Amino acid sequence: MTALRLLGRARIFGDNINTDYIITSRRKRESLDPNVLRQYLFEEIDAEFAASVAPGDLIVAGKNFGCGSAMEVAATAVLGAGIRAVLARSFARTYYRNAVNNGLIPIACDTASIREGDQLEIESAGSVRVRSLTTGETIEAEPLPAIMLEILEAGGLVPYFRRHGDFKLP
Amino acid sequence: MAGKTISEKILSAKAGQNLRAGDVGVCEVDCALGTDGSVPMAIGYFEAMGGTRVFDPRRVVFALDHYAPPPSRAATQLHQRMREFASTHGIHVWDVGEGIGHQLMVESGRVTPGSLVVGADSHAVTYGALNAFATGIGSSDLAAIMMCGRIWLRVPESIRVWLTGALQRGVYPKDVALTLAKDLGADGASYQALEFDGPGVASLEIEDRLVISNMTVEMGAKNGVFPAIEGGVCADSDALYARVVNIDLGCVTPQIALPHQVDRVTPVGDAAGTPVQMVYLGTCTGGRVCDFHQARDVLKAGGGVARGVQLVVSPASRRVLDTLARDGTLADFIAMGALVVTPGCGSCCGTCGAIPGDGVNVISTANRNFKGRMGNGSANIYLASPASCAAAAVRGAIADPREFAQEFEG
Repeated sequence: MTALRLLGRARIFGDNINTDYIITSRRKRESLDPNVLRQYLFEEIDAEFAASVAPGDLIVAGKNFGCGSAMEVAATAVLGAGIRAVLARSFARTYYRNAVNNGLIPIACDTASIREGDQLEIESAGSVRVRSLTTGETIEAEPLPAIMLEILEAGGLVPYFRRHGDFKLP
Repeated sequence: MAGKTISEKILSAKAGQNLRAGDVGVCEVDCALGTDGSVPMAIGYFEAMGGTRVFDPRRVVFALDHYAPPPSRAATQLHQRMREFASTHGIHVWDVGEGIGHQLMVESGRVTPGSLVVGADSHAVTYGALNAFATGIGSSDLAAIMMCGRIWLRVPESIRVWLTGALQRGVYPKDVALTLAKDLGADGASYQALEFDGPGVASLEIEDRLVISNMTVEMGAKNGVFPAIEGGVCADSDALYARVVNIDLGCVTPQIALPHQVDRVTPVGDAAGTPVQMVYLGTCTGGRVCDFHQARDVLKAGGGVARGVQLVVSPASRRVLDTLARDGTLADFIAMGALVVTPGCGSCCGTCGAIPGDGVNVISTANRNFKGRMGNGSANIYLASPASCAAAAVRGAIADPREFAQEFEG
């Protein structure tokens, strides 16, 4: 991936955050617009989140983030709130794919030491590195498969397909 | 060089190259399902990608199952958009009332042994029961398949689930699935395949296997594949597995998932006595003919539905509904005061249908019990077999279905 640098505030969630907790199934029935759906982000588990989220915030979660339904609004609604990356100990596979396909950066890393409100710096130049400006700690992230890096680099699956028209293995 | 797992063999064939666990391949998709929960977004991605024609419309099918019937003008408009797109591109549509897409994929014969079948819905893993590599995808990947007929996939490592013995009376495939969820946890098979094998497999009918494969995604699995009844793709005897999990079917007992996690599983007897106000029979896990027969038998043996319990019946498809109507099961349910609702996904994911009230305890044959899953975050959802759900309907409280086992054939 080309060099990228993000600075943001950590918003902490636990393990096994399923996609219905990110955005409930019934919301996508009424609108698919990320600017509408962002108002309901995490409403079942954190009623204050949608009002307090700020562009640039980073979601930081435990294991198995995005499990359950494969619904893609769970990625686009997060982007709609101005969140560019999700850090988690691990991701459910459908969320991982959907995130990359929409240009939301999924960062699999050890998130145990990160606290609510910590200022994080994410740098990507070859590998992804997370640094806490609050504690000074540096965390290495697991690498993405090459094809996912290419899709992310293109800005998502839509610009990737506009360029290639098909999947091209790196 | 070691032999191959079923997943390695199918994905190698579909990619036209020799693939092993961990490799990435671009695979030809034999069939892709989209639903009203995923297709409206997929159409948006397809158009944004510059799509003008669907690569091979015979390999794509749409099901209007999540909003069946649509409870609002906005949901109706989503259906209209899908019907128009399908008509333009020659894609088959299963319309409102025909049933749950996954059930219709199986009934229509679109899933064959050794095929690669995907669904823009996580429970597409269901078709692994038919010896397919079957997995869930999002809307953007469905759009890409409509563009080029292909998908990139990382070949998963496989966990071998070695089954021995046979289920005892009053114990059902759902109890096997819940036992696996308890043993593996909600991410115990992440990025991996579950490959079922062993002498116990032969004791499981296709309908039984569908229940187990359906729930493998609740352990994070990419697919949950069984051998074919005849022929199909088999693993090599020297295939490499990440690990082996042994299950003696004869030792499985009735299980129940407690709110609000599918892997929060305990023997149903440990939760006995918990009051229940709603019982839901249906979904792509527990909405087939045999499920309703098992539930009906327990209800009849127990003398019907307890006062204060709402019994909701939602057959997985119109064909299931027709069968239940013809064999008298539907009349039995209606006589017991059941609320019979449109075949579809509605109540399971809270998008339409019967929504539980605040504080209500629901016991359901579904596959997920997340907070708010059925449309109300103040309700509590328990997951169990059709017989366990029926036992709860009889008692008005969670109960072990084996209490009724002397009186029915189950």
